[in-house]
Amino acid sequence: MVNSPIMQMFARSPFQPIQEHIIKAQACAVELKAFLKAVCDDDWEKAEKVQKKISGLEQDADNMKHDIRQNLPSSIFLPVPRADLLELLRMQDKIANIAKNISDLILSRHMTLPEPMRESVCNFLDLALDTSQQAVKAMGELDELVTVGFRGREVQLVERLIKELDRLEHETDQQERQVRAQLFSLESELNPVDVMFLYRILEWIGDLSNRAQQVGSRLQILLAR
Amino acid sequence: MDIIAHYGSIMLILACLFGFFMAWGVGANDVANAMGTSVGSKALTLKQAIIIAILFEFAGAYLAGGAVTQTIRKGIIDADLLSQSPEFLVFGMMASLLAAGTWLLIATHFGWPVSTTHSIVGAIVGFAAVGISVDAVHWGKVGTIVMSWVVSPITAGIISYALYRSVQALVLDTDKPFENAKRYVPLYIFLVGFVVAMVTLTKGLKHIGLHLSWGESATISVALGALSMAIGIVMQRRIKIDANADKDYHFSSVEKVFGVLMLFTACAMAFAHGSNDVANAVGPLAAVVGIVNSAGEVAQKSVMPSWILLLGGGGIVAGLVMYGHKVIATVGNNITELTPSRGFAATLAAATTVVVASGTGLPISTTHTLVGAVLGVGLARGMAALNLKVVSTIFISWLITLPAGAILSIIFFYIFKAVFI
Repeated sequence: MVNSPIMQMFARSPFQPIQEHIIKAQACAVELKAFLKAVCDDDWEKAEKVQKKISGLEQDADNMKHDIRQNLPSSIFLPVPRADLLELLRMQDKIANIAKNISDLILSRHMTLPEPMRESVCNFLDLALDTSQQAVKAMGELDELVTVGFRGREVQLVERLIKELDRLEHETDQQERQVRAQLFSLESELNPVDVMFLYRILEWIGDLSNRAQQVGSRLQILLAR
Repeated sequence: MDIIAHYGSIMLILACLFGFFMAWGVGANDVANAMGTSVGSKALTLKQAIIIAILFEFAGAYLAGGAVTQTIRKGIIDADLLSQSPEFLVFGMMASLLAAGTWLLIATHFGWPVSTTHSIVGAIVGFAAVGISVDAVHWGKVGTIVMSWVVSPITAGIISYALYRSVQALVLDTDKPFENAKRYVPLYIFLVGFVVAMVTLTKGLKHIGLHLSWGESATISVALGALSMAIGIVMQRRIKIDANADKDYHFSSVEKVFGVLMLFTACAMAFAHGSNDVANAVGPLAAVVGIVNSAGEVAQKSVMPSWILLLGGGGIVAGLVMYGHKVIATVGNNITELTPSRGFAATLAAATTVVVASGTGLPISTTHTLVGAVLGVGLARGMAALNLKVVSTIFISWLITLPAGAILSIIFFYIFKAVFI
C-alpha cells in the first residue's frame, strides 16, 4: 500500500480534458455540413445516419463534461477560479447541444431548404463553424497558459486569437442578417409554419458562433485575473 | 552498570537490528517521495532513479548525516540526568526505534501518510518524559524541532515559488524559450551543485576528518558547481528542437532541456534525504553504541563511529532495492502532471531546505517539505490542479503520530525494563 502525500496531492488536471471536450463539441458541430448536404440532396436515409452520429458525439461531449465536473471538487487548487472554468466548460458544451438541436428539428419535421437559399445557408453554416473552430484554436493554448502561469507573451497570443474569434462572430452575425432578409423575401411563397421553423434554424446556426464567442470571452476572463 | 556490562553485546545487536530495520523502512517507503517527482516528470527512468537514489542517499547519509544524528542521539534528552542509570537510556532508545518502526508498519498497512521523523521524535520524547522524568526532555530543543516542521515546508514553498517564477521570466515567457533554456539551465545546474556542496562542506564532514575553512569550502563548492555545470552542458548538447512535438505543446523541446536539470536536482534530493532521514534510524543506535562502548558512561563527547552511518546508509539501500523501487514506480506513475520545469523548481527548493536543516541538525520531514515546495509552484500559478486536502491530512498525521510514537515507545520501554532487570 502506497501512502505518499506527494502522490495524493496531484489531482487530475482539468485542462487537457477541457481541451478534448471542445474538440469533441466541434467535431459534433462540423457534422452539420454533411447533414445539411444530405437534406439538400433529399437523401433522408443519409440524413438520419448523420443525425445519429451527431447525437452520439453530443452524448460523448456530455459525458466528458460530467467527468470533468466530477473530478473537480472544490478542494482542488487551480491556477484559475474554478467557477470560471466550469462556466467555460458549460459554454463549450452548448456548441454540441445546438448542433444536436438543429439536426433533431430538421429531421423530425423533414424540413427542406427553399432552393434559392441553399447556397447562402451553407455558407452561413460554414462561417459559424469557422468561428467555433477559432474557439478550439484559442482553447488549444490552455496548457501553455498553465505552464507560464497565465502571464506574459502567451496571454498576448491568446488575446489575438480571441480578437479574431470576435471578428468572425461579427461576420457571422452580418451573414445571418442577410440570410434572414432572403428568407423574408421568399416568405410569401412558403408554408407559414415552415417559415417559422426556418427562422428558428437560422437563429440556432447563429447561436453556434455566439456560443463560440462566449467560450472566447470566458477564456479572456481567465486571463484577466 | 552491571546490566550493561552483562547484556552489552545483546543490546548492541538488538539496537543494530532495530536501527537497520528503521533504515530499511525509510528506504522502502520514504525514498519514493523524494524520488517520485523526478520519475513522475519523466526526466528519469525508474532504473536511473534507483541508481541515483542508492548512490546519493548513501553519500548524503555518510557525508552530511552527522548533525541530525547528534540531535536525535542527545539533543532531545538531557543525558546528564541519566548518568546514574545509563541502561534506561539504552532501553529508551531501543524502545524508540521499535516504536517508530512499529508505528510506520501500522500506518503503511492502513495507508496513512506519516513521517518517520515525527514518529521517532515522538517516541524519544515519550519514553523520556514518562519513563524517566519530564525534566529529562530538552523542551526548548523539542520546540525548535517542532517549529522547524512548520517552517521547512513554508521555506521550501517560498524558494520553489521564486525558482519557478524565475523560470517563467527567464525561459518560458520569452521569444526564444528553447535557446534561453539552453542558456539558463546550466546556471541552475551550477546552483544545485554549489548549494549542496557548500552546505555539506561548511556543516558536515568533520567526522571523516575534513576540517575546511569557509574560504576553502567556498572554493571547492564553486569547483563542484562548475563541474556539474560542465557535465550538464555536454548532456544538453544532444537535445534538438522537436518541431513536431512542439506543435501540440509549445514547450516540449524546452522541457527536454529541463530534463537534464532534473537529473541533477534528483541527485541533490536523494543526497538531502539521506542526510536528514537516515538519522531517524541511526541516531538512537548511535546513543546505544556510545553507552555500551564506554561501558556504561553516558558520554557526551564521544565521537560517533562512522560505521553507524554506513549501517544506516546500507539499510536505506537494502529497503530501496528490496521494496522501494515498486513504491517509486507507483508514485512516479501517478504524478504525470509534473513537467521537468515544474519538478525541478519543487525538488531543488525542497532539497535546499532539507540540506540546510541537516546542516543545522534539525530532523525534518522531507516529504512534507516537498509538499510545501510543490504548493509553491502552484502559487506561481504553474500547476494544473493540486489537492489541498493533503495539507489537512498532514496536520492530522502530526497530531496522531506524535502521541502514537510516544505511547508505543513508553510501552516498549517498560517491557525492556522488565525483561532485562
